[in-house]
Amino acid sequence: MLSNQEVAEALLEKFGDQVFDFEEPYGLLTLSTTREQIIPILEFLRDHKTYQVIFLTDLTGIHYPDNQDKEFVVVYHMHSFVHNFRIRIKVALAEQDIHIPTATGLFAGANWMERETYDYFGILFDGHPNLRRILNIEEMDYFPMRKEFPLEDATREDKIDALFGR
Amino acid sequence: MADIELLPHNVPSPNTELPELVEELTTLNLGPTHPATHGIFQNVLKMDGEKIVSGEQTIGYIHRAFEKIAERRAFYQITTLTDRMNYCSSPINNLGWNMTVEKLLGVEVPKRAQYIRVIMMELARITDHLICNSILGVDTGAFTGFLYVMQKREEVYEIYEEVCGARLTTNMGRLGGMERDLSTTAIRKIHEFIKSFPPVLKELEKLLNRNRIFMDRTINVGPISVERALSYGFTGPNLRAAGLDYDVRVMNPYSSYEDFDFSIPVGQNGDTYDRYMVRNEEMWQSLRIVEQAINNLPEGPYYADAPEYYLPPKKEVYRNMEALIYHFKIVMGEIDAPAGEVYHAVEGGNGELGFYLISDGGRAPYRLHFRRPSFIYYQAYPEMCKGSTLSDAILTMSSLNVIAGELDA
Repeated sequence: MLSNQEVAEALLEKFGDQVFDFEEPYGLLTLSTTREQIIPILEFLRDHKTYQVIFLTDLTGIHYPDNQDKEFVVVYHMHSFVHNFRIRIKVALAEQDIHIPTATGLFAGANWMERETYDYFGILFDGHPNLRRILNIEEMDYFPMRKEFPLEDATREDKIDALFGR
Repeated sequence: MADIELLPHNVPSPNTELPELVEELTTLNLGPTHPATHGIFQNVLKMDGEKIVSGEQTIGYIHRAFEKIAERRAFYQITTLTDRMNYCSSPINNLGWNMTVEKLLGVEVPKRAQYIRVIMMELARITDHLICNSILGVDTGAFTGFLYVMQKREEVYEIYEEVCGARLTTNMGRLGGMERDLSTTAIRKIHEFIKSFPPVLKELEKLLNRNRIFMDRTINVGPISVERALSYGFTGPNLRAAGLDYDVRVMNPYSSYEDFDFSIPVGQNGDTYDRYMVRNEEMWQSLRIVEQAINNLPEGPYYADAPEYYLPPKKEVYRNMEALIYHFKIVMGEIDAPAGEVYHAVEGGNGELGFYLISDGGRAPYRLHFRRPSFIYYQAYPEMCKGSTLSDAILTMSSLNVIAGELDA
């Protein structure tokens, strides 16, 4: 059984101050890194002889419009079957410079997950073989999962946010 | 009679050259509404004669933006979105979502509710696999088996009706437990199903398992190696057919799965036949779990003692002030969840169904992402059917059990 502590120390030793913000929400090791280091970290975890975090479970994005220069976060969930160990890695991106290297070179399955993230948030995955919209129509000229697009019609007066949620 | 001059017809003059033969690929649109694709998705295939050279999928035909809608809904209202994802096994989606929120809230569900959930989830898995396998039979030319097992799915749907009142989009379970206890009718029907299902499944096996035509059509069709399957993010029966015994129920047991004795079938080649066999054996194992759960159903409450999240009995609402307040707050979605982020995975019909939920302490999720197994493994489809014939490609898609609702969310 692999402990969160062990992996966190190994990552700190290898990547130094490039990995930060360690947390354990509900027991899942969570850390942040920079976009320069994300691919080396994924590769390090995947090719590590004992950890073998070989499985990319999930890849998605989050939008925090109020975080200056960290408006977008890309989240990777990884899983090691040998140790039944999960890890979550986050990369914050600024809206002006919304680029991150693709993980398709490491995991074939990252292809559609990145396309979906692009489709939702407009996050550009550099080096992606086919970065097009996947669920929405190609002619769409905005990114619907961003928080500036409210679900309800803003002109409606019978449904106010204080009573009916955001 | 005048002489008729016979002119040479269509004979090229020696000066004109014959056009050179050009080899070109045929483009074939498979879908979006084709009966053999079992759902709305399109494949643009490049064909060389009958062989598939390459393919590209177009998906999103029934994209309903569940993740966006969920950002405005109260937690209990999102359950109805989840059962529209994999509609062949909606209770797994519903209960998986409820477990995710319970994990966020820190609610401990009593044993009885956990066992009821296990029964419902395993019945859902049986219907899911039953449809997939019998449809695979239809695609190879055996229509009878499909109609025959539909009767058994109907019986499971009657059990759903008895438990939650609905059949397809079940909205089963509540935060903190089940909406009601298992009625005596439900228990009787489950027992009946346990008795009556094995002969039917045996007959379906007899029809297909060692059927020469079926084996010829499915063995070595659409194979994928375990390395490629892992790289593509396969989970569930499709990964196990390739030879890796990853099952969320065993690796991260939820809802008391650790109490039950069952085994995980694995295949070897990852081809259509192995996927069929793995699903077939999983139905037997699911039946074993249902049997153990119903026979050892613990006594006790079927919902957690969490009045802020679980609706009080209607009788109490009319008599008791606190119950009325909680009733109002829950129905209006006025319950604030704690801030936090949680990833919870259940073993869905097609593999690891994950819910990544970020709460900022409000009444609705700040962000909710569904890890939909179909969406992730369907991208391997062109690679799996490359070089095979069109009829084999249909079987490959059928055996992958791609559900359009789950694919597009």
